Amino acid sequence: MNNTADFNRRDFIKTAGVLGASVLGALAFTPHAVAMGKKPPIGRVVVIGGGYAGTSAAKYIRMWSMGSIEVVVIEPSPQFVSCPLSNLVLGGSQQISDLTFGYDMLKKHHGIQWVQDTVTAVNSDAKKVMMQRGEITYDRLIVAPGVDFIYDRLPQLQTAEAQKQIPHAWKAGWQTVNLRQQLESMPNGGVFVITIPQAPYRCPPGPYERICQVAYYLKAHKPKSKIIVLDANAEIISKKGLFTKVWANNYAGMIDYRPDSAIVSVDVQTKTVSTEFEQVKADVLNVIPPQRAGKPAQMANLLASDYPWCEVDFLSYESKTVANVHVVGDSVASGLPKSAHMATSQARVCASAIVELMQGRSPDPAPVFANTCYSFVDDKQAMHVANVYRYDAAKKIMVSAEGGGVSPAPSDKEGAYAKAWAHNIWSDVLT
Amino acid sequence: MKTFILNFILISSVVLPIPGRAAEDFVYPAQGLHTRTLAASCAACHGTNGNAVKTNAEFDATAIAGLDKAYIEQRLIDFRTGVRPATVMHRHANGLTLDEIKQLADYFSRQKPEKHTMPEPQMLKAVQDE
Ligand code: HEC
Repeated sequence: MNNTADFNRRDFIKTAGVLGASVLGALAFTPHAVAMGKKPPIGRVVVIGGGYAGTSAAKYIRMWSMGSIEVVVIEPSPQFVSCPLSNLVLGGSQQISDLTFGYDMLKKHHGIQWVQDTVTAVNSDAKKVMMQRGEITYDRLIVAPGVDFIYDRLPQLQTAEAQKQIPHAWKAGWQTVNLRQQLESMPNGGVFVITIPQAPYRCPPGPYERICQVAYYLKAHKPKSKIIVLDANAEIISKKGLFTKVWANNYAGMIDYRPDSAIVSVDVQTKTVSTEFEQVKADVLNVIPPQRAGKPAQMANLLASDYPWCEVDFLSYESKTVANVHVVGDSVASGLPKSAHMATSQARVCASAIVELMQGRSPDPAPVFANTCYSFVDDKQAMHVANVYRYDAAKKIMVSAEGGGVSPAPSDKEGAYAKAWAHNIWSDVLT
Repeated sequence: MKTFILNFILISSVVLPIPGRAAEDFVYPAQGLHTRTLAASCAACHGTNGNAVKTNAEFDATAIAGLDKAYIEQRLIDFRTGVRPATVMHRHANGLTLDEIKQLADYFSRQKPEKHTMPEPQMLKAVQDE
């Protein structure tokens, strides 16, 4: 972006804040307002985050309000990189460029305004979001920042330099590519160590799928190598029976799984991790740090006092602590799996509720939605966990309905379906 | 000042209406709030409003937009009872009430079949990740 455009945009945002939604909105939406019978927009929703949750919320608010609500998305990254399927980059059957997309179609098809910037503060009294290069006001704010990593107990891993040595690769991108390259350079007979944080974290089956993908690569190319898993949890927390079987049958003798093994320190130079009981040295080390609600949620004071996630009303995803601010996706304290499908499902309940609330009506009193997580055990075979979730009016939470469960076994057929899932969810959130 | 903002909008094309679409494309009169969010959670596998994408992969998901109402309803009931074998649909059909199945069948039968595509994959840009 050149200076002039930059200046214009900054000025646009500031001015928009000063003039309020009505003036700018009236100008901005003139062509559509004419089609809609010259109605000015009924308000502005600002969405922080262009991941699965943020894009879904933005798109469905535009659709269900029939263009009558102005939507502005703030996202620092110029591209969307999918976490789902990114473990397959480690296995070698996908490239990162298969999972990387732009936001152009989404913006164009739905008239969504886009600001590529980083949020620096949220002032919920003034209903204003501050960014590095400007600020903007909202009528309602949706916070969808995904997860933030907690380095309190692992301060050595906080720097970009340390993460080059020991990538988390838990947000898909260059770290994923880096981890793949490290595996490629590892000698046959090397040791890959992965550490899994205490739940809840993003993508419950994700670490176990990652172990399958690394094992798949090592079995074919470096069969003398070993994988040591240090899991802070007492057991495999998702699809346990299925993963246990796959590890025993497909990757026999390769995976050493150690439960109750939270790490307490890391030596970056020697790639050595310590638990309370032992020290483990790796050739390639992948530390998945503990997680909490993303930084913008912290800035807006949305985290519960004793729990690093955001409590919401499950009818609208409005924060229980800050009015007119909604939270969707991984940052929500819900007891629900932090998955991409879940993020989109929550985002649509939120979108639907906002469209109603902004027109003085009530949201659906009992939302129901689906979630599915597929995991790939090699280049072709996948397995699911799938559930429908229903609002429980007495407990005021989403609970899983009867009939959910997991695949009987991984299969090629479900591998093909899992790819189709990815294609359709990408199309849903990005076009 | 006003002129300035307007100019910005015209040259930037950041602000756009929903192009080429009528309001009715998104909402039909009897559409219930409950059904629209529930139906939207089928989009992960069947595409936005049931319009599954066509790709050159070995397999594409079934588009359910604009299918016959009675057909959709019967399929969902058959997944539920197990009459029709499924890899995953029995999980979804089982969690629904019969009324929800009827509403979903109605919802998808009213959707216009459209050609939906995948976004274009891109090379990852050289920016620092978090
Ligand atoms: C996780 C992916 C997934 C989700 C979510 C999903 N489906 Fe399906 N659907 C499938 C698959 C896969 C099949 C093929 C049968 C099977 O193997 O389960 C299918 C088949 C169907 C069919 C039969 C199509 C035909 O012509 O044979 C209908 C109807 C259908 N789904 C409706 C729905 C509805 C309604 C929802 C939302 C409540 C939904 N599906 C959610 C994956 C999904």
